[in-house]
Formats: sequence, structure tokens, C-alpha cells
Amino acid sequence: MENDIIYIDVQKELVSAYGRMQLKIQTSIPVGELVVLFGESGAGKTTILRMIAGLTSPDKGIIKVGNSVWYSSNDRINMPPQQRNIGFVFQDYALFPNMAVFKNVAYGQKYKDKTFIDELLHNFGLTEFANRKPEKLSGGQKQRVALARALARKPQFLLLDEPLSALDAGIRTALQNEILKAHSIYKATTMLVSHDLAEVFRLAQKVMLIDNGKAKGFGRPDDVFINNQISGKVQIAGTIVKIQKQDTFYLLTVVTGMNQIIKVTAYENDIADLTEGDKVMVFSKAFNPLVMKIGN
Amino acid sequence: MPTPFIQTLILTAKLAVYTTSILLIIGLPLSYFMAYSRFRFKPVLEALVSMPLVLPPSVIGYYILVAYSPNFWFGRLLSQWFDVHLAFTFEGILLASVVFSLPFMVQPLTNGLRAVPVSLREASYTLGKSKTTTFFRVLLPGIKPSLITAIALTFAHCIGEFGIILMVGGNMPGETRVASIAIYDEVQALNFDMANQYAFTLFIISFVILTLIYTIHRRSDSWKMI
Repeated sequence: MENDIIYIDVQKELVSAYGRMQLKIQTSIPVGELVVLFGESGAGKTTILRMIAGLTSPDKGIIKVGNSVWYSSNDRINMPPQQRNIGFVFQDYALFPNMAVFKNVAYGQKYKDKTFIDELLHNFGLTEFANRKPEKLSGGQKQRVALARALARKPQFLLLDEPLSALDAGIRTALQNEILKAHSIYKATTMLVSHDLAEVFRLAQKVMLIDNGKAKGFGRPDDVFINNQISGKVQIAGTIVKIQKQDTFYLLTVVTGMNQIIKVTAYENDIADLTEGDKVMVFSKAFNPLVMKIGN
Repeated sequence: MPTPFIQTLILTAKLAVYTTSILLIIGLPLSYFMAYSRFRFKPVLEALVSMPLVLPPSVIGYYILVAYSPNFWFGRLLSQWFDVHLAFTFEGILLASVVFSLPFMVQPLTNGLRAVPVSLREASYTLGKSKTTTFFRVLLPGIKPSLITAIALTFAHCIGEFGIILMVGGNMPGETRVASIAIYDEVQALNFDMANQYAFTLFIISFVILTLIYTIHRRSDSWKMI
């Protein structure tokens, strides 16, 4: 089934704020998969996406999509982005400010197909904004337009560079659903860059863990993250804001990074070296945490 | 037969319109190159384009006059092959004016192009559009304020040009006698009324053009990323 594989084996030297780094990735992705590239910022995720798109050239290697070679340093092939059948969604949306939503989405079409544009606008809930200029849209709406525009060419390969990082939590979840919907309707092989673990578990069929320019793991999110740095038990980092003495124990109030307030009990010897303002880890060892739905 | 006053104004306007049109055609590709190329000797090119901003017009006028002379290869070439003599003709001051106004067209355009976010160009490429299509459909509409500034500044600068035209064109009514030269001439002849008529006209035109530029810039304060 060589036809159905996207094969990537590239390397490039990157110069970042932390010095030089050798980016070296080798992987093959079955067509139709939704892969998330996960890692710290500066790990090289975006560069991988840009090399696939043809916006950045690797130092050497090969990128093959089915039987067509997009890049090969040996054969001196470097297909320009225009000829690669891709859709690219940028972190800053990159919508054309001089065009209304419909024009933005239709821009990339080779043959005008109004029905398909209307369908895309409908699927992303944009029909009523068709004649609006991008500056009059919210962040979430802009990102929907960017997604619809990338899909308008019916790309083989949809590349999303941290598409949701600029949005707040509620809109982010809604757009994650849109991405899943787009993937299931339009069947494009999708590669998404993220540094949000929750996003990985929601979206990824496969996740590639990128660290310092190298792939540290590739597979289903469960397989990659279990036995890795994330373990199954509950761990929440936070700051102590209050220590209250009760009869025989102390009550600690901890505020987490997500602005959650947690009350924890502690004994005299536990709090010996704790003061208000200390950063602490709240964790549970023996008990299985319970889950209750609070919304969607 | 128009009065000398009208004749001079028409000639001034003709020079400005022709210069601006020619510079628009040269300026767009040149600015694109200056904005995005990684050419190693680009600073040299940038310096050359900007020279008219710092050199006295008489210096450039002098060299252009030398270049037009039949003793120099450029002038000889034109005279032998095309029977064209540029010194003290309208074509001569037109070419000089194009050279001299180049930075006024190229600098605003280059700055405008540089301010367009890279991702807009890249988005257009990933949507299958060539660099030319991207230029006309994404970049040019995106730098509309810079484009209007460039055109207006070039036009205004052409109308006000004095030294280089005096050097290259002299003062020939209907051929090279533009308004700024006419003022000088009328003052020399102690015709202060006539000089004032020219001066006031130029003053009003420049004032209107600059007001237009600042109005446009207030409405679209530089480049907003969306």
C-alpha cells in the first residue's frame, strides 16, 4: 500500500534562542490519519509542518506523499508550496484583510465551485458572515474561516500550526470539534501542532512527541504518554494562599494554575516547612479520582 | 494659444504625471525586490536609490547633463543610433525627474510591503497562487495607503523640483520651463505679481496633496494584523 503512505525523513539545523539544534525526523503516516505534533515551544514542531508545506527547505532528506516526491535532496527536487496539494492554517489566521469571508475561502480554488464554498461556509457556521470582512470577526470565527479556506482546495494534506493557541478555553473546545468534523467529512490527512495535552487526547489518532528536534515517541496518545512523564494518578500544581489551624490539623487552601480552589488537610509535621505563597503539588495516591460531567 | 502662465502650468503637470506613471511601473517591481530579496549587495542598491534624498540636485543634474552630452557614451549612443538629444528638452527633464524622484516612489512602497505579515504571502502560496497573483491580489490591496502616499509624494515632489531641471533643461518656454523655474525667472525680471501667481498655485497644490496623504493615513493607521 505504498500509495497510501506519507513518508517523511528530513533533517535541518535550526538556530534558536537556545543555540543550534539538529532537527531530525523520520516517520510515515497512513493517509487519512489525524496526527498531532506535541512538544515544548522551540522543539521544532512548526518547522516540521513548514517543511512539509514547502515554506521552509530541509537541509537534506526526502518527503514523499504517495508516489509523488515533494522533496528529495538526492534528486534535487523541491516542489514549491503552490504545487503541493496542501491546506495550511496559520497560528495568526493569515486571512486576507481586503477580502470578505466568501472571497477568502474561494481564493484558493482552481476552478470556481460556489456550491462547495457554500457547503464549507455552512459546515463551519459561517454562512451569515459570507460578506463580512475579517476585521469584523471574532477570533474563533476567523479560525473557522482559515480552516474553511484551507479545505477549499480539497487538500491531500491539511497542516494546522497551533491553530487554537490564541483562543480561550470554551471556543477552543468548540473548534476542536470543528477540526474533528472537518477531518471526518473531508478525509484529508491532518497534521496539527499543539502544546496542549488536553488537545492531544481530544484530537489525535496518533501523537508524535517532539523534544529538542527529535521524535521521542509516536503512536496512540494512551501508549505514548503512559509510562512517560505523565502518570495515571492525579497531580495538580498550585500555590498555597492560606493556612488555617483547625482542632488537630491544618486546612490548606491551594489555588491551581487554572484558578481552581482546592482545600487540603495537613498535619503538624506536613506543614512544618510550608508557608503561604509556596508552590506545591497536590496529588492523590491511594484513591481513584472520580469524574462528574459539568458541561460540554 | 494659452497664456504663458497656463502653458507653464500644463507643462509642469505633464512632467509630474509622466514621471509618476513611469515611476509606478519601475517602482512596483523594484520595491518588491528591495522588500523581499536576500540579494547580498542590496544595501548598495538601497543606497543608490536613496542618493537623490541626500545629494544636492545640482550634483545629480550635473552628472545627468554630462551623461546626455555627445562626448559621453550614453549621449553618443542616443544621438548616433536614435538621433535623440536629451539636453534642454522635455524628454531630458523627464528622465532626470524619474531618476531624481525614484526614492519618493520606492521608499513608501518598500516599507509598505515589508509591513505586510509574512504569513499572508505564505498563505497565498499554500493556496496555490503564484508570486505574481499574490502580489496583485494580496499585497497590492494590502499596501493601498503606502501606494497612495508613494504616488502623491512623487507627484508633489515633481511639481516642486527646481535645481535638477534648471541644470538639465534650462528655461525654455513650452519645453522645459516648469512653474518653479518660472518663479525664479519672474523674480529675476522683477515681475513679482507673476512670481506670486506661480508661487501661490504651487503652494496650494502641495498643501492639498499633503492634506490628502495625512487624511488617508489617519483612516488606515498603518498595517493592522487581523
